[in-house]
Amino acid sequence: MIGCWGAVVVLTASALAALAAGRHGRAPSVIAAAGAVIAAGLALPSAIGSLAGAAPVELAVAWAPPIDELRIGIDPLSAFFIVPLVLLGAICGIYGAVYLDDQRTRRWLAVPACFYNLLVAAMLLVLISRDAIGFIVAWEVMTLTSYFLVAFDHTQPEVRRAGWVYLIASHLGVACVLSSFLLLGDGGFGFADIYAHPLGGASAVVAAVLALVGFGVKAGIVPLHVWLPEAHAAAPSHVSALMSGVMIKLGIYGILRTITFVGPAVPWGPILLGLGVVGALVGISLALYQRDIKRALAYSSVENIGIVLIGLGVGLWAAANGYPAIAALGLCGGLFHIWNHVIMKGLMFLGAGSLLHGAGTRDLDQMGGLVKRMPRTSALVILGTVAISALPPLNGFASEWLIYLGLTRGGIDAGPGSGLLLLFAVAAMATVGVLAVMCFVRIVGMALLGRARSDAAAQAHESGKGLVGPMAVLAVAAIAMPFLLPVLVGALAPVIEQLTGARFEAGIASDALGPLAILGIVLWVAIIVAFVAIRRLVRRRQVADTWGCGYLAPTPRMQYSGASFAEGIHRLLPRLLRARIVAQPSTELFPSPKDMQADRQDPFTRAAYEPLLDRGARRFGQLRWVQQGLLHLYILYVVLAVVVVIAIVSIRDYWVLP
Amino acid sequence: MTITDVAEAIGKVIVILAFPPFLLGVIARTKARVAGRDGPPLLQPYYDLVKLVAKDSVLSRTTTWVFLAGPAVALVAALVAAALVPIGSGRALWAFDGDFIALAYVLGLARYFTMAAALDTGSSFEGMGAAREATFACLAEPAFILGLLVLARATGSLSLSGFLGPAIVHVWSVGAASLVLVAAGLLLVLLAENSRIPVDDPNTHLELTMIHEVMILDHGGPLLGVILYGSSIKLFVFASLLVRIVIPLDHPAWLVWATFLAGLVAVAVVIGVIESAMARLRMPYVPALLLSGCLFCALALVLLVR
Repeated sequence: MIGCWGAVVVLTASALAALAAGRHGRAPSVIAAAGAVIAAGLALPSAIGSLAGAAPVELAVAWAPPIDELRIGIDPLSAFFIVPLVLLGAICGIYGAVYLDDQRTRRWLAVPACFYNLLVAAMLLVLISRDAIGFIVAWEVMTLTSYFLVAFDHTQPEVRRAGWVYLIASHLGVACVLSSFLLLGDGGFGFADIYAHPLGGASAVVAAVLALVGFGVKAGIVPLHVWLPEAHAAAPSHVSALMSGVMIKLGIYGILRTITFVGPAVPWGPILLGLGVVGALVGISLALYQRDIKRALAYSSVENIGIVLIGLGVGLWAAANGYPAIAALGLCGGLFHIWNHVIMKGLMFLGAGSLLHGAGTRDLDQMGGLVKRMPRTSALVILGTVAISALPPLNGFASEWLIYLGLTRGGIDAGPGSGLLLLFAVAAMATVGVLAVMCFVRIVGMALLGRARSDAAAQAHESGKGLVGPMAVLAVAAIAMPFLLPVLVGALAPVIEQLTGARFEAGIASDALGPLAILGIVLWVAIIVAFVAIRRLVRRRQVADTWGCGYLAPTPRMQYSGASFAEGIHRLLPRLLRARIVAQPSTELFPSPKDMQADRQDPFTRAAYEPLLDRGARRFGQLRWVQQGLLHLYILYVVLAVVVVIAIVSIRDYWVLP
Repeated sequence: MTITDVAEAIGKVIVILAFPPFLLGVIARTKARVAGRDGPPLLQPYYDLVKLVAKDSVLSRTTTWVFLAGPAVALVAALVAAALVPIGSGRALWAFDGDFIALAYVLGLARYFTMAAALDTGSSFEGMGAAREATFACLAEPAFILGLLVLARATGSLSLSGFLGPAIVHVWSVGAASLVLVAAGLLLVLLAENSRIPVDDPNTHLELTMIHEVMILDHGGPLLGVILYGSSIKLFVFASLLVRIVIPLDHPAWLVWATFLAGLVAVAVVIGVIESAMARLRMPYVPALLLSGCLFCALALVLLVR
């Protein structure tokens, strides 16, 4: 516990030190990165201790009234999230110091370095807060610091817009979280008080729904995900990695924390399962046709949050209905998928950053042929896409596998109604799986394979050790996780017992993971042997041009583009989820050049939020006469407001209540 | 593990390694016979494989290691898939709870690298083939999984060897309608996944109309041999599933083996007859065909669970 508090102090101090370290030079970035690494070293032992079964700890810090004291503490649920937070925080911190280094002469790099460490500190505070007030304050600091990081390239209008969308969405979310805590904190705002005075009946349901909406915005639950593609694309890549890797998971943390507050008064299992299936399908469908690699990765995060929710949902459903084995499989799968997604999405965003660094673009149709120019980055990105497509033998498959087993076992054991729904959820997840393969083959094919699609890509340069090293660490983790999971199941036991209140049988999940480890070894060995053998088979070879089916002068622009690759599946998507394509028809015999525009804006923004907010803005515009810019008028408003409040309170106290 | 177990396992390995190309020979012979020709010898695919592996290669200068990884991963995945499917009598070489999911995902790994190898050439034709392969896979996969889930729910097992073991005999007596629908759905999946008519035409002469063949356009010589061998094993895997569903024999072992191999040949003949009797569907109609496969399997599930 002291370790985590020390980590917060180190992070804040290094953030301020970075700010003070001067305008030019490497010092600010180095100080911040060192701070992030030291913080990880401080926080890890206590988090790991808590997962290993140490008793929950709580500390109280005296604070100015009206708060009086702030309580911090660590329990298995927060420790589960602290581990990936500080590890990815350190890795992305090192990467970020190198990543932004080429802007040293133009920008004051102490600012992003400072906000980065403050962001990590705020997220750590969110996780160790043990009362609602500290939690909300830390949550808000997390939102604001990440806003400043998202808006780093604020000279570009689309970045400003992305930051704006993010800020609005986050604050609508935080309003819901705040209201939820106001309901929950009936008997005091400390978490201990909330546990001691559990809500019942309708107010529990209202608090749960508010929390689900508020935390759902942060987690990127469809249809509250609209800020994700904007913000993740705009932010510097190491920040995208941290946001997508850990920050959106804090939304999940919030939901899980609420589940421990509210308990079984709300049917959490079916709700999370339903949201998960919708989120996974919608997320991957939208990822399929993006041109911007980071937008595609952001939508893939929406998908993966959906898969996490499917796992948690089936686990909670099973725990509530008396299937402990299925609960173990589902919850283990969902929780492990959180860790695995941290690894693979971190790898993918850092990889996208390296590609952006080398080729100077995020546009898939302007890349191409980068395997030759950037061999190390490309190999790591290919590994990352295999992992995130949830293919064996890498880590994404391991956690999805547990979820599959839980869902299928539930579908077999449950009665007709829920059994059928669970089995259809399996089919939905399988569909998400093939769509993910298509999505990531498209990204690899367009960005890395074939011939360079632009001059910038043809001139791309490999990134240095500072960028490739952090990616390699994550890649090793992605390779090792399937073999480590059977051991790590034990670490989940306290988390799951805290969530369900029942004893957790670790044996079921680790037994299920056994064959997977063997499958992993078989696949690795066989693929390496087959690859070496095939290289020997093609020893006698000539080199020639790609077969052009008789056409002799192909150019790189004639390659299949990202849009053409996705065209077939795009046509099969529901109308709501498609991009809006405006093309001039070609009718004359000798066609002249035509314009084609594809609007890949988020369909939910386009169809729902923008019209709604536009209408709201018009309505509120009619109230503009209230703002006259005169000080005495505003004083009058304040006086009127106070009078009205006093009037309401007096009426209530003297006439209504007695 | 007794001597007979070991002998049976060795027998299965030999069948997996040696038998699949024969199915291609049977298909070719069937098509020739229906067309009134004699056709190539039944063992022609084996001669082809030997010829291809002995050849020199021509590699595109655009390609990288990904291009070589395509055939390697496809072959390994097909072999692992064959080890997971119960062939002949009894259990699979390797059975565990959830192996049907592993089967689907191992084949997904093969699809990933085959498509990546196609895109590695930078050819628009091969990109087109990869896109079509991916699009149609997205529709075939739910049908495949739903079909296997019907078997899971009917037999209460989580393993392919459990689905297709003695329990399926009982399922035929209580839920025959579901099994017929599943068999129909899986036949459609088999045709789509193995690029047969009416989804894809392996013998078409125009690159624009191909799916799988155009993806591997630049793989020649030994690489093409590896791909052909791998895809024959994949056909064997799907055909084995179908045969074990349709012929629910349990013992004696020699009879099971005989009917199993005869069943595989029968599936190959059926494919040959389908290929002779109809043309490839126009691309826009393929999704409808595959969706009907999904619907067959979904209906089977509803019928079973109700």
